[in-house]
Amino acid sequence: MSACSCCQPASIGKKIVMALSGLVLAGFVLGHMTGNLLMFKGKDAINAYAEWLHAHPGLLWGARSVLILSTIAHIWTGVLLTLENRAARAGGPAVDATRRATLSSRTMPYSGVVILSFLVFHLLHYTFRTVALGGQEFGENVYAMVVAGFSQPAVAGFYIISMILLCLHLSHGISSVFQTLGLRNERWRGRLDFIATAYGWLIALGFISIPLAVLLGCIK
Amino acid sequence: MVKEYDNLDSHGEQTLSLRLRVWRQNRGAAGHFEDHALAAVPTSASFLEMMDMLNEQLIKEGKDTFAFDHDCREGICGMCSMTINGMPHGPLPGVTTCQLHMRNFRDGEMITVEPWRAKAFPVIKDLAVNRSAFDKVIQAGGFITVRTGSATEANNTLIPKPVADEAMDAAECIGCGACVASCKNGSAMLFVGAKINHLNILPQGQPERERRTLAMVKTMDDAGFGNCTNYGECQAHCPKSITLDVIAKLNRDYLRARVKEFFSSTGKPRKGGD
Repeated sequence: MSACSCCQPASIGKKIVMALSGLVLAGFVLGHMTGNLLMFKGKDAINAYAEWLHAHPGLLWGARSVLILSTIAHIWTGVLLTLENRAARAGGPAVDATRRATLSSRTMPYSGVVILSFLVFHLLHYTFRTVALGGQEFGENVYAMVVAGFSQPAVAGFYIISMILLCLHLSHGISSVFQTLGLRNERWRGRLDFIATAYGWLIALGFISIPLAVLLGCIK
Repeated sequence: MVKEYDNLDSHGEQTLSLRLRVWRQNRGAAGHFEDHALAAVPTSASFLEMMDMLNEQLIKEGKDTFAFDHDCREGICGMCSMTINGMPHGPLPGVTTCQLHMRNFRDGEMITVEPWRAKAFPVIKDLAVNRSAFDKVIQAGGFITVRTGSATEANNTLIPKPVADEAMDAAECIGCGACVASCKNGSAMLFVGAKINHLNILPQGQPERERRTLAMVKTMDDAGFGNCTNYGECQAHCPKSITLDVIAKLNRDYLRARVKEFFSSTGKPRKGGD
């Protein structure tokens, strides 16, 4: 290997960073989604959960640091891979004939960009509380904040669309993690693809249930 | 006297009239498509024989012929390399261009013929591309170290049948480059995966295992190939039906080689086979 392998990471090195950072983020969304479902248990449950998180700043910031690093690594390798791959393709054939590549695999950069813009909006919305809340103060009352946020159909709609794209992103991403780490063969390929798609839908439906419940008036 | 039909030749074989859009390009210059009509193509002709007919027609017309690569014409050498209607080696899975027959096309069909499209495979002329990037990858690690002199007893090294089969499956790769041409990322990982697997899983390939993996991946990256993002197009277009398994194992071997290099007791990369 060249001495400069850190400045010019190898193709498979970038894929491994992509896979591991993606795995951290995919694990996070599962935890986040199950925490959110406390909305269905009632006002006190979700508020107590939020309070507990804030009472443990070490845990909260430890998790946040890992997530921020993973997000940066995921975006960085994603941009590098996309740019290099476009250049390597040299335009491609005049006639397009795709045999096997799935919709989710072909739209990874696009679903990724939408999910990133969603992430920025979501942080401004519920973490920094600077947008789409009408300037109201909610303090420790997370439940009321979520209900107020999702009572606006446009906001709830953006959340739902973003979660469907997250499902698409995860269904290719999770199965790719196994391939990149070398934990896949022809016998397991179909099963792992199924697990990845099921995981994507589990995450998406879990998240979507909350804005949908607010819109339908099940959570008030 | 044999009665002549429009679509039968003198042997009574069905023929096709085709409209061909073929890529024309000189090295370093911009390319373009040229349209040609070709009549009386027997359905039993191979795709390359059809291209020969087109070139003979061009010679009679006093025009420049189309350059294309070919050699054995029996599907084992890996020289033929045309993207036919957007598909490397054409519409049949597991078949090279030379083994593709014109019976797979319809009378009056428009067929678009292009070279392999990838930055690492620059066009030499028309449909012929320079695939020496593959040769460089092979030079970097596609070999094993053996003692010269008298050959050792073959049965000294026992290889379990499943292992031999797996290595043989990988060794089926003919290095044609269809994986690169079909990949939306211009990635060569199916080729490199096949070559690394072929040697890395056999006892004879063990001395250079780590060195081979790192060197071949490095050479692949330097040649300007893209990165695999698991589309699976390569497997779907490979004329030898090499599977994505070889890429999974390439990734695994690469990770293993990097870890072993990082924790090697000398602190230096191991030069296997020394």
